[in-house]
Amino acid sequence: MSQATTSLHRRGADLANAAFQLNVLHHGDSVENLPSFAEKLRPSGLMPLRPLSPEILQVNVGKMCNQACKHCHVDAGPDRTEIMTRETMQQCLDVLARTDIGTVDLTGGAPEMNPDFRWFVDEIHALGRKVMVRCNLTIIVSNPKYRDLPKFYAERGVHVVSSLPFYDAKHTDRQRGGGVFDDSMEAMRLLNAEGYGVGGSGLVLDLVYNPLGALLPGPQASLEKEFKRVLSDKHGVAFNSLICITNMPISRFLEYLIDSGNYGRYMETLVNAFNPAAAQNVMCRNTISVGWDGQLYDCDFNQMLELPVASSSKHISTFDVEKLNSRAIVIDQHCYGCTAGAGSSCGGQLT
Amino acid sequence: MSTYYDPKDLGKFGEIAEFQPALAEKFFSWYGDVFAEGALTQREKSLIALAVAHAVQCPYCIDAYSTDSLQKGATEEMMMEAVHVAAAIRGGASLVHGVMMMNKVKEVSM
Repeated sequence: MSQATTSLHRRGADLANAAFQLNVLHHGDSVENLPSFAEKLRPSGLMPLRPLSPEILQVNVGKMCNQACKHCHVDAGPDRTEIMTRETMQQCLDVLARTDIGTVDLTGGAPEMNPDFRWFVDEIHALGRKVMVRCNLTIIVSNPKYRDLPKFYAERGVHVVSSLPFYDAKHTDRQRGGGVFDDSMEAMRLLNAEGYGVGGSGLVLDLVYNPLGALLPGPQASLEKEFKRVLSDKHGVAFNSLICITNMPISRFLEYLIDSGNYGRYMETLVNAFNPAAAQNVMCRNTISVGWDGQLYDCDFNQMLELPVASSSKHISTFDVEKLNSRAIVIDQHCYGCTAGAGSSCGGQLT
Repeated sequence: MSTYYDPKDLGKFGEIAEFQPALAEKFFSWYGDVFAEGALTQREKSLIALAVAHAVQCPYCIDAYSTDSLQKGATEEMMMEAVHVAAAIRGGASLVHGVMMMNKVKEVSM
């Protein structure tokens, strides 16, 4: 497998810096004339944006990844060493034990590369909470030690959510690296063999689609039909649902937008597609995002822009639901990514 | 007016309502319904629109439906095949009139 790119961090690029990215979001190519997200949100009566009680704890267990995709908002890659310690994981478990947060959404990087990953999944499972894992598929076939992951997941009823931007190798590999599609098909076959994506098993394998360029995602239901038809006919693999996610104008996707001359136009497209109904349902309202170092954020995107929660409860070790529930969600221009068109979240389309 | 075609004008399509609101409203409402998922999928409709855009050689439509086809999940191959369909019909439409020419030639020839 060949990498699609290298991390901004490794290249020492300006865009590796969160403050630099925010500056581009405010003052980059022709975007100064665009309305602020707050201004756009106000007529819907949603300002300041308030959270509902948290239902999902999204935990980023580290930025290390076996892949380096061109659009990665985490700037993850094999060179990233930021990783969550067992101590921080224990603090997450302590929070779960004293709250009724029902779901833990594990992400990265490739979360499975964290040496305490399996321990963490077992502990969450023991607390009776639902576990979702953002599995990039190729990790399963990247090294013999990961090959039993489908079995490990199946035994614990883990909900597997995997990126596959297209149903063919040409398009998938362009974004995610050479050989990724074939490895992904092999991993899906292993997951299917354990019952994932197969009717009646109760084991859920969802795929994540995100556009291959400066485009909005198309209608989820129609794309899902096409993915299912082609993946089944040509590759004999199955999955449950297709989740459409809009690419956020941050990190490596922001780099792509700028380098390809699409940045201003893409931001304008997102603003013009602002949908108040999608804004109502944005995922930051029922999710708390935990960084690899235990810092709390409103979402994974704010985490990458280093915009922490506007609350005195800023770290998983001082997690306080009441304080967090009274906060205002931190918003900025990138938030247009979640409210465009049918809306976008880690759970897919919002309307 | 310094140029006949400006890409920015595509975004002003809705402004045709300024000179005739009632008809514009009917047109845009009908237009929206035409492209909704029906017996044909949205992707199929977008590819038909792309082909027609090439047949009528409308730069605005080519801009809009190249993007829209991709967003609806079409591949580059599908899109180029759609353009070939448009080209084949345009070419065929010329060539099939060759029969008319032949008829006339035979009519007036000894």
